[in-house]
Amino acid sequence: MSAPDSMQVSVWRGGPDGGRFQSFDVPRYESQTVLDVVAWIQQEADPTLSYRFACRVGMCGSCAMMVNGVPRWTCRTHVQKVLDADRIEIAPLRNLPIIKDLAANMDPFFEKWVQAGGVFEGTETRADSYAPIVHEDADRANADAGIECINCSVCYAACDTVAGNPEFLGPAALNRAWTLVNDAKDASRDRVLDAVSGKGGCHACHSMGNCQQYCPNGLNPLTAIAGLKRATARRALRGR
Amino acid sequence: MEMRLYLLQRISAIVMAPLVLGHIAVMIYAVQDGLTAEEILGRTQGSILWALFYGTFVVAVAVHAAIGLRTILHEWFGVGGVALNGFAGATCFGLLAMGLNAVAAVTVTP
Repeated sequence: MSAPDSMQVSVWRGGPDGGRFQSFDVPRYESQTVLDVVAWIQQEADPTLSYRFACRVGMCGSCAMMVNGVPRWTCRTHVQKVLDADRIEIAPLRNLPIIKDLAANMDPFFEKWVQAGGVFEGTETRADSYAPIVHEDADRANADAGIECINCSVCYAACDTVAGNPEFLGPAALNRAWTLVNDAKDASRDRVLDAVSGKGGCHACHSMGNCQQYCPNGLNPLTAIAGLKRATARRALRGR
Repeated sequence: MEMRLYLLQRISAIVMAPLVLGHIAVMIYAVQDGLTAEEILGRTQGSILWALFYGTFVVAVAVHAAIGLRTILHEWFGVGGVALNGFAGATCFGLLAMGLNAVAAVTVTP
C-alpha cells in the first residue's frame, strides 16, 4: 500500500504572549524527518515561520521541539515514526519561554548548567603533562556514561518536576554535575555537590524518569541524579 | 535546608517501614480471638514498650508527612517562603499532638 501524498501538519505560531496552531498541507516523501517538514513549510508555504536548527545530523542539539506532545530531536525523527492518522502536531519545547513560533528560549536551560556547578575546573596547569584517564575506574565509567549529552533540552522539556517546580535545575544540568563529580581531572567536587544541594537541586527530583525515557542519545540522567543524591547524603551524614 | 529535609524524610521512612510491618503483624495476631477494646487495652495500657513503639511511629509520620506535603504545596500551588515553612511546621506539630494524644490514650493506665 503506498503512503498518502500529503499530511496535515499543525504548527504552533505565536510569541511569549500566546499563540495558536496553524495547519499546513505538506507533501510526504521517503525518509522525511520532522525537521524536513518544518523546513518545507518555511521555504514553500510561509517564510515567516521561525525555528532553530544547525547540524541536521543529531550532534548540535538545536532542533528539539514537541512532536505530538513529546519532546524529540526533529532532525533524527522520521515522519513515518510519529505520524498519527496522517497528522503531526509540532510545538516549541515545553518548560521554556517562547521566543517565536517553534523557537524556545534556551537561556534558563543553560543558566541552570552554570548554577549546577557545570563549569570545568582543572587540577593541572598547561605546564603539567596530560592527566591519565583510566576508563576502567568506576568513577570514570560514571563520567563516561553522561558525557555524550548534546544539550538539546529534550530531557528538560520532558521533566514533570521542572514543570511543577521552575527552580529545579533539571536533568541535563544535574547529569553534567555528576560527570564533573566523577571526573578525576576536575578540582571542584565539593563546589559541585554544594551547588546541587540547594533549593531546586538534585533532592527535588521525584525520580519519574521522563528524562531517561526521552533522551535521544540514550543517556540516563535519572541515574546521575541518584548518584548525586547518594554523594550529597553521605557528605551531609559525615557533617559536611 | 533542602538537604536536611531530604535526609529527614528518608530517615523517617526507614524508621516507619519496620514499625508498619510490626503493626500489621500484631493486628493479624490480635484479631485471632476476636477484636475487643478490653483485649487491646489490656495489652497496651501500662506498657512502655507499646508507648515507645507507637510514639516513635507518630514522630516519624509527623516528620515524613509534613515534608511531603510541603513539597506538594510548593509544586502544585506555588506556595513558598514563610507560608510554606509555616504550613509544614503546623502540619508536623498537629500530627505530633494528635498522634501522641492517641498513643497516651491507649498506653497510659487510667
